[in-house]
Amino acid sequence: MRKPSVHQIHFQRKSLWKRMKEYRYIYLLILPGFFFFLLFKYGPMWGLIMAFQNYSPYRGILGSEWVGFDNFVHLFTNPYFYTMLRNTLVINLMLLIFYFPIPIVLALMLNEVRHEIFKRFNQSIVYLPHFFSWVVVVSLTFFVLSVDVGLINKILNDWGLKPISFLTNPNYFWGIITLQNIWKDAGWGTIIFLAAIAGIDPERYEAAVIDGASRLRQIWHITLPAIRPVIIILLILRLGNFADVGFEQILLMMNPLVTNVAEIFDTYAYNHGILRGRISVGVTVGMFKGVVGLILILAANYTVRKLGHEGLF
Amino acid sequence: MSFVLKKRMTVGDVINCTLLTLFSLVCIFPFLYIVSISFTDASVYVPFEFNLIPKKWSLDAYKYILSTDSFIRAFQNTVFITVVGTILNLLFTFTMAYGLTKTALPGRNLILYMVVFTFVFSAGLVPNYILVQSLGLLNSPWALIWPNLTNAWSLIVVKSFMDSLPKELEEAAKIDGSNDIGVFIRIIIPLSKPCIAAFTLFFAVMHWNQYFQALIYLTDHTKWTLQVLVAALVINSGTDAVAGESANVEGNLPSEMVRMASIVVAMVPILIVYPFLQKYFAKGVMLGSVKG
Repeated sequence: MRKPSVHQIHFQRKSLWKRMKEYRYIYLLILPGFFFFLLFKYGPMWGLIMAFQNYSPYRGILGSEWVGFDNFVHLFTNPYFYTMLRNTLVINLMLLIFYFPIPIVLALMLNEVRHEIFKRFNQSIVYLPHFFSWVVVVSLTFFVLSVDVGLINKILNDWGLKPISFLTNPNYFWGIITLQNIWKDAGWGTIIFLAAIAGIDPERYEAAVIDGASRLRQIWHITLPAIRPVIIILLILRLGNFADVGFEQILLMMNPLVTNVAEIFDTYAYNHGILRGRISVGVTVGMFKGVVGLILILAANYTVRKLGHEGLF
Repeated sequence: MSFVLKKRMTVGDVINCTLLTLFSLVCIFPFLYIVSISFTDASVYVPFEFNLIPKKWSLDAYKYILSTDSFIRAFQNTVFITVVGTILNLLFTFTMAYGLTKTALPGRNLILYMVVFTFVFSAGLVPNYILVQSLGLLNSPWALIWPNLTNAWSLIVVKSFMDSLPKELEEAAKIDGSNDIGVFIRIIIPLSKPCIAAFTLFFAVMHWNQYFQALIYLTDHTKWTLQVLVAALVINSGTDAVAGESANVEGNLPSEMVRMASIVVAMVPILIVYPFLQKYFAKGVMLGSVKG
């Protein structure tokens, strides 16, 4: 086939301007959202240059002193940085080990329930905490665990045992954070697995029954392999979010006695950048977390695609 | 031979159902505990004693909190942000998502990349705070509305929903002389009703439960939202702003009861829409797993 000349291509395709004019009303529909993204999502990115300045609100971004990478050097040489890093990693690791498998197990258990009404009722209850705010969840935690108004300490007291200061003892902090996550989201997390299970061809179970497979063997040889892709994708995405810890949760659970095990990058940026007005310090911590998070999530997405699944984007 | 044999409950079934019941009891108990105490009459209230049905009912705790200015104001502020915020969310999300379904639109991919990038990277909370501050929005309810008008995840989900709508109706309307905005209003919006319902709930819950932005943007106590007030009352009960409030708890109304009632008020709207949430959000999770 003959290659069309440049002239022909120009002739065949409508000019860009003409195509844009055809879509003028579509642009009008996109415009509000477009400006929103420009101002509120990309506007703050302009503020990232404050990480390379000793920012002073009186001089503004244009007039503040430039310090190169000094803020980052200060951050990485501060021993407290490694405390924050440790807390971030430990909390994520605990969630990975103790939280992550629970929705899978719960979904398998719910799937085995034959009594439809019991199943529905159970699901309605375990989904509910997902919709409560962290303020509500932490408030409920107080009425269960605190020394002065907590139910568990009252029971310990009735049994003649000494009260345990769950909320102010650093040894319990990571465990309580993990339990709160399980309480709030483990039930809701079953939905995606239940959907994957619902997609399994019932004939495979029927064949297994003929072969005399017990229900446990059916779970092991049919159900689990069928939901394995979902498990792998969610696992990789969780690893991709390792720089992130539930900020509202930590902020609400934090008190001066547990700061050392609770401080994460976001709480540090809030305390120093906003409450104490050390703007450049706050921006630097936030930028570090953002860039590490970006690298991790891109790596996670790449891995998911490499394994032959559809990526997140 | 039929495979739907009537099977007896096995030991495994009993253990399974028992464990599931235990887990759901753990999920529901803290909630029932504070609800029942908040409705108990102060005269029969014994700290920590739990009766699922209070021995003597009373609405005193609720009457009290609804008589305080700080509570009424916080409630009004939260309702305003939730209602106005949700309406604007729907407007910004659905218009933009529809525009992005047009694959031949010049510049579409660029805009799509711009949207998706914000899904994986954000400047962090201090630059966002500086922006809100420099727009003069501190201590205004709009500080919780403007920066949250839409987001990448919602746009992608709504866009993939609209991608799945039949194109014939759109073309027919075009032939009848409608322009793209007419098509959007008369064809796309009616077809998107289930999606609109799901996102109305999604955005409303997001605004209602928002805590952190309210905490940093609204420092003036009269501008507080319910979540900030409840956090101050229950979690940081030493805060000056609340000390005055809880000091004048009238008569013998224990402060725990007032605090528990305040938590319940913060949960009530969620409980009211919960049946719908369950219905639409389960679908939303599925939609969310569809790639954009």
